[in-house]
Amino acid sequence: MKSFDVAIIGAGPAGMASAIEATRNGLSVIVLDEQPAPGGQIYRAIETVSDQRAAILGTDYLAGRDLAAAFRNCGATYVSGATVWNIDNGLKINYSRAGLGSDQISATSLVIATGAIERPTPMPGWTLPGVTTAGALQILLKAHGAVNDDVVLVGSGPLLYLVATQMLTARYAPRAIVETTPAGRLIKAARHLPRALTAFSYLRKGLAMKRKLHKSGIPFYANARAVAIEGTTTAQAVIFQSGGKSHRIETTAVALHQGVIPNQQITRLLRCEHDWNANQHCFVPRLDAFFQTTVENIYVAGDGAGIGGAVSAALRGRLVALRIAEKQGKDTIARQNDVLKKLKADQAIRPFLETLYAPSPENLLPADDVMVCRCEEITAGQIRHAVDLGAPGPNQVKSYLRCGMGPCQGRMCGPTVTQIIADHRKKEVGEIDYYRIRPPLKPLALAELAAIESEPTRHTPL
Amino acid sequence: MFKRVQTDISNPVSIEFEGQKIDVEQGETVAAALMLAGKRKFQESAVSHAGRGPFCLMGVCFECLVEINGTPNRQACMILAEDGMKIRIQKAAIEETDR
Amino acid sequence: MNNRLSADLLVIGAGIHGCSAALHAAKRGMSVIVIEKDTAGRHASGVNAGGVRRLGRLFPEIPISDRSMKIWNNIGDLLDDDCGFQKSPQIKVAENQAELEKHRERVRKLNEMGFHHETILSRSELQAHLPAVSDHCVGGLASLEDGFALPYQTTFAFQRKAIELGVRFYENTRAQKIRRDGTDWHVITDNGTFSGRNILNCAGAWAGEFTRQLGEPAPVEPIAPMMIVTSRMPRFCNAVVGATGRPLSFKQMQNGTVVIGGGLRGIADPATNASHMLFEKLRQTAQTAIAIFPIMQKAAIVRSWSGIEGRMPDDMPVIGPSSIHENAFHAFGFSAHGFQMGPGVGELMAELIATGKTNSPIEPFRISRFTNSC
Ligand SMILES: Cc1cc2nc3c(=O)[nH]c(=O)nc-3n(C[C@H](O)[C@H](O)[C@H](O)COP(=O)(O)OP(=O)(O)OC[C@H]3O[C@@H](n4cnc5c(N)ncnc54)[C@H](O)[C@@H]3O)c2cc1C
Ligand SMILES: Cc1cc2nc3c(=O)[nH]c(=O)nc-3n(C[C@H](O)[C@H](O)[C@H](O)COP(=O)(O)OP(=O)(O)OC[C@H]3O[C@@H](n4cnc5c(N)ncnc54)[C@H](O)[C@@H]3O)c2cc1C
Ligand code: FES
Repeated sequence: MKSFDVAIIGAGPAGMASAIEATRNGLSVIVLDEQPAPGGQIYRAIETVSDQRAAILGTDYLAGRDLAAAFRNCGATYVSGATVWNIDNGLKINYSRAGLGSDQISATSLVIATGAIERPTPMPGWTLPGVTTAGALQILLKAHGAVNDDVVLVGSGPLLYLVATQMLTARYAPRAIVETTPAGRLIKAARHLPRALTAFSYLRKGLAMKRKLHKSGIPFYANARAVAIEGTTTAQAVIFQSGGKSHRIETTAVALHQGVIPNQQITRLLRCEHDWNANQHCFVPRLDAFFQTTVENIYVAGDGAGIGGAVSAALRGRLVALRIAEKQGKDTIARQNDVLKKLKADQAIRPFLETLYAPSPENLLPADDVMVCRCEEITAGQIRHAVDLGAPGPNQVKSYLRCGMGPCQGRMCGPTVTQIIADHRKKEVGEIDYYRIRPPLKPLALAELAAIESEPTRHTPL
Repeated sequence: MFKRVQTDISNPVSIEFEGQKIDVEQGETVAAALMLAGKRKFQESAVSHAGRGPFCLMGVCFECLVEINGTPNRQACMILAEDGMKIRIQKAAIEETDR
Repeated sequence: MNNRLSADLLVIGAGIHGCSAALHAAKRGMSVIVIEKDTAGRHASGVNAGGVRRLGRLFPEIPISDRSMKIWNNIGDLLDDDCGFQKSPQIKVAENQAELEKHRERVRKLNEMGFHHETILSRSELQAHLPAVSDHCVGGLASLEDGFALPYQTTFAFQRKAIELGVRFYENTRAQKIRRDGTDWHVITDNGTFSGRNILNCAGAWAGEFTRQLGEPAPVEPIAPMMIVTSRMPRFCNAVVGATGRPLSFKQMQNGTVVIGGGLRGIADPATNASHMLFEKLRQTAQTAIAIFPIMQKAAIVRSWSGIEGRMPDDMPVIGPSSIHENAFHAFGFSAHGFQMGPGVGELMAELIATGKTNSPIEPFRISRFTNSC
């Protein structure tokens, strides 16, 4: 088994920047990512994108080109198509190479740079074919140049408007944008404006985006409530209340978005402590000033450490690498301070965005008949009933109802289940905690397990 | 309907979905290729057998599971289309044998 | 006794054994408090493989296992919850003649003892029960009237019924010290002191601490049996299956998922409640499953888990009164096969505590088998 000073999971901005900085400081580095090429979510397909598509995706996207090129040249071992399915507490990492079996490596330090996922968006009809996330549409556009002329966008958050703008630029504007942000959010957010103004370029870009969308004539529906998707076998229409009226828009493609949240599978697997972040409405791993988790030598960089965006993701990646190098005897303090300063400046916009685009209440606490666990088809009402019987937390509800036991391993229901239980028991969300995550992180062929190389472990077998 | 921004397929790869031959662009994931071909139902849900299709396209929701070359539970959004791939809708797994 | 923190019986541990004993004691009119450091069913009882098995049990366990089976067969009447219990054959597959011969010998012995629940399956009978079994398997040992249930649902149902009958549960309450004062036992916890006439140690893998405090230390080893579960598969197996010469327990649930275990152990860390998987070992489980059911070549594992269980050196539980103190009792150390015994052992413990005796032969499970020799 090969071993490295640093193993980095994820080749998005955080993972790439971390690898560049670590190799620059003489550390041996391996980067594992399940995608076919580097880039992560924001810079997906950055190395192969056509000029036509690049023009649609904009300058923030293209900023990834230099980063990816530097990453390719930095000397780190990079394994694409590598899905990490287990990490043990001795930092031995098992990963599966699409159809080619499993390999394992070990590392002295681990950088988890697995980014964010879109927040689950439970509502009536959200399991119908034709309903996707807004991020999914963006992935189709970035990686495949695929567009759709029949899309209704529903939800809230900067990414929703970015996707809309990119669709507009591609001349396939969404049919409508249904905003679920409740009224009054702008006023609430305004108190964060002074700080946000220090990150003026973000604010300006955001405003320009919204202006462009409004000018384009795309119908906007504000403060939408009671949103549901109709259809028998596939999506046929979106219905909702807005401006005191009921609306129904016929469409074959509905794209949902309620912001992004850290992907916590690996930090949970490794039993790092997590705290509930009430501003971001999600669990965030508990980290020190240098992004080390509560487990020694395990770090989180990028959006996995709390949503901060692509620029911060790369900065966090660099900081973590510098910190690891420092622990191995390199003098990196000056550079760390430089990065810390930039990080602080880049984060100034966040409280404003978090308040303005907080997820809608009916998304966080769906009605009884809404399906929460898509895999096992468990509704919010069933979860509340289990709590009434006495099941105190997500793990008991999971054992009792099977929610979170399907192939997605709880990624699509976990956050909602925790919120429902907390609300129903009138407890703090942080107190209710989350599913225990067990390996494999992604489904693994039994035949692949039967064939893994079997080296003696560091633990004495019982 | 999903369409390609570029209208022509430049490096065609041929796959089969439920017996139907489909030409797709090299480098496309199975999910993207099928969505571009107008397919929406990829699998039957395990519990109610309702139709399901890709939701996240980034490997987290597992709604895009299909059977590829006889192997079930393959994540269409994470697998690149390859020439000659035979893809089928993943049926709800429970089929009682008559015993 | 009517004090808030006192009862006729104090039970430490809300696994299936603690909950079952509490329920049965309440049915006999006793007031009961159950003290649980985590939540009911958090450990072995909520996460086990759910096998309700008499097949292959050590001989001394069979009468108690039988007693339990009778309760299982009508579990809904006791608990108003079906516990997901399904009757189903349990089969140990023989992969060669030598293994089959061993089974034949066992059946002969059992018959001599008057037990007839286990039978030999010929190759064709095996294939009739398990059409998907690999051709190389030559026969098997079966107990056709066994079954399986859903472990958490079951333990939770025992707890709920017990609560209905007046049992008081104190969860997230850790018993730290037990002490006798006159005729009463006191359990000192991080959440107050509880008092009672009788005390029952059902602390599973953690039970050794209390035997030590009682002056009769028992060698409970915390172990972490590992399990894996696949995504749903076409129905191909209607029995709970084990192998003979290598570790395997295998069953397809009603929903099509396949649960695979078989006793290979991960790492148990009782101090932190954690257990860790060792995939290098599970590799063998995967190989065995594929060897016996070739269809598993196409299976995908979606989850793995393990739970912390208490094992005794002779793989038999400790069941019965303390060898030193009056009104102190034990039921622990079920050595990875105590789920099936939960209903029956709880019933007999309640009988023993309430009346001072039981008809079930518990002598082989006495705690003094360890204290006298070590
Ligand atoms: C769908 C989506 C689209 C987004 N689009 C934009 C955008 O256009 N603009 C923007 O500013 N922000 C966007 N964001 C926000 C985005 O999270 C950040 O801006 C940025 O991508 C975060 O970088 P990162 O390095 O932390 O993680 P990411 O860029 O998300 O990279 C994480 C990487 O980890 C890999 N990974 C995860 N789990 C495993 C595993 N088990 N094994 C192996 N590899 C694994 C993934 O394949 C991925 O490549 C998007 C987020 C999502 C979810
Ligand atoms: C993975 C696995 C698979 C298994 N498969 C099967 C099977 O198929 N069939 C079968 O029959 N058996 C099986 N078993 C065994 C079975 O689960 C156990 O024998 C049985 O559940 C033991 O029950 P218990 O109540 O003694 O222990 P537990 O369920 O462990 O309960 C003991 C309780 O005591 C509590 N406790 C401990 N110390 C304290 C303290 N100081 N204060 C308060 N509370 C305390 C613990 O928190 C725990 O909840 C399996 C076990 C495992 C782990
Ligand atoms: S579409 Fe979500 S995993 Fe493939």
